Amino acid sequence: MATPARAGAASNMSLAMRAWNIRRKALLMGEVQGQGYIGQALGVADVLAASYFHALDYRREDPEWEGRDRFLLSIGHYAIALYAALMEAGILPDDEIATYGMDDSRLPMSGMASYTPGMEITGGSLGQGLGIAVGVALGLKRKKNPAFVFNLMSDGELGEGSTWEAVMSATQWQLDNLICIVDFNNQQADGPTRDALAVGAEAPKWEAFGWHAQEVDGNDLNALVEAFDAARALDAPKSRVIICNTTMCKGVDFLEAREITHFVRVEADEWSKALARLDEGKPQ
Amino acid sequence: MTLASQARKYEPRAIPTNVGEAQVKTSAMIASLAAEGYDTVSAPFGHALIDAAQNDDRIIGLTADLSKYTDMHVFAKAMPERFYQMGMAEQLLFSAASGMAKEGFLPFAATYAVFASRRAYDFIAMAIAEQNLPVKITCALPGLTSGYGPSHQAFEDLAIFRGLPNMVLIDPCDAVDVAGMVPEMIAHPGPVYARLLRGRVPSVLTRHKPDYRFQLGKAQLIRNGADVLVISSGIMTMRALDAAEQLARDAVDVAVLHVPTIKPLDEATILAEAARGRLCVVAENHTENGGLGEAVAKALMLAGVRPEFRMIALPDEFLEAGALPTLHDMYGISTAGVARQIKGWL
Repeated sequence: MATPARAGAASNMSLAMRAWNIRRKALLMGEVQGQGYIGQALGVADVLAASYFHALDYRREDPEWEGRDRFLLSIGHYAIALYAALMEAGILPDDEIATYGMDDSRLPMSGMASYTPGMEITGGSLGQGLGIAVGVALGLKRKKNPAFVFNLMSDGELGEGSTWEAVMSATQWQLDNLICIVDFNNQQADGPTRDALAVGAEAPKWEAFGWHAQEVDGNDLNALVEAFDAARALDAPKSRVIICNTTMCKGVDFLEAREITHFVRVEADEWSKALARLDEGKPQ
Repeated sequence: MTLASQARKYEPRAIPTNVGEAQVKTSAMIASLAAEGYDTVSAPFGHALIDAAQNDDRIIGLTADLSKYTDMHVFAKAMPERFYQMGMAEQLLFSAASGMAKEGFLPFAATYAVFASRRAYDFIAMAIAEQNLPVKITCALPGLTSGYGPSHQAFEDLAIFRGLPNMVLIDPCDAVDVAGMVPEMIAHPGPVYARLLRGRVPSVLTRHKPDYRFQLGKAQLIRNGADVLVISSGIMTMRALDAAEQLARDAVDVAVLHVPTIKPLDEATILAEAARGRLCVVAENHTENGGLGEAVAKALMLAGVRPEFRMIALPDEFLEAGALPTLHDMYGISTAGVARQIKGWL
């Protein structure tokens, strides 16, 4: 299958620069509210950069373009990260950073479809995105629309039974237009995901359910690009999952070192320090 | 319910001496509702859906392993390429219906009322209602229409869904309502939850009011009467009409206002009828908590309309298993039970 020329891929800007910009915008939004799921945003920034500037097809001026690849954010908590990516993609204006989480903002702290251009679904009640993605994928096939559906979910959502209902259904319907991305940062609200619900051997598990599974370093842009290309190009009647092992707070070393990182506590004076640390690592 | 009340169902019962004779048996879930004296229509939902789908390519049908028990199988057989068997997975059923609706389709998702309201509520709330997507939820075995016990008796489904913004709620009385509600559900741009009567469904309303047709959001006076106003939905309108005929022989004149749309409630019609000085009885196939009775009471209180007010509803308890006619008698929602209660209040 030929890889189409996709929206974000046309730019000369490096993916590393895109990821850095996404991190920076997310930190700026976090600073506005003094909080936010910034650890997840920093961790998933590379995945979003590879998605919006390599894998996805969309039109920045028309976020509801019928031919777009659908990107579903099952983890509404990650809205701060997706807003940053949508700004970097030109779908949202940068100057809305200052409105993040404010009354009357289009950027509420949890992602909702009715608020934000480019936000396909209302996520946040975890374990719903993949089931919706199954319906979207079925709908696209009904319309003979060749677009792909991407569903970004967290490792914690692997504990939800509804996720596995959707996994089985995707195989039942041979949804080869569905790509699930699992952000595996091994952090859920009460602690490590691996300590909570027998999560492990993820790729073999998905394979056993009939999926094409890849497991990659989710902070390695080259690995992500290869994985997305393989997932799109696969010529088999299977759904595709990319399990992305990511590091919470990636790019800001003193936050990465924090023990409890699910809802990372950032003191008022630390936002500027975090931005400074990020700036030191700015790609050339 | 009181804090001291306890279930008593484990106590031994008298063993019937007429075993094998004319005993009433536990009705299977596929049993049609007993309604003596009425003509019946077979699978009115399935046939109405086929009719609508022939002129509307957006319509698709989905189920979670209950097509045969929701009359969706009639649609599936007629239009197999429009039908999606999603397996025994209700959370998936409604999230996938959400996704299909996002892509421009009009999904009818069918299961039992207990599973939609109890098991899949969060999915219906967040993936469908919050996004105001046009998913049409059609659910069999509403209220007390199964003798299988609480696992299959959705006595609180309307209470659960009444709290959900954007969701329109329909409680049809008969085959006329079931067939009539389908095009109106399609015409409504948002989500709808409809209770479903399946199998051989009696035609009740047109016998009492020949020009009756279902109108979404409208309460309609089926029968006028000077002494009592029954405000009812679902199969309780049939019970009220039958009870009214019995009571007429005792010179009690009963009006019946049918309210098939529970939400939004047709408050204007209800208030106008309730203000006419008659005993006001709300009858519903639903727990006394959170259904039509409380919705009507709220409307009356807020408007300052204060008739004598009574409710015929299911008690606040897990209901018994057994034969439906027995259970309907036991819980006062049979025709005789309705007539008896109304007489007692006069």
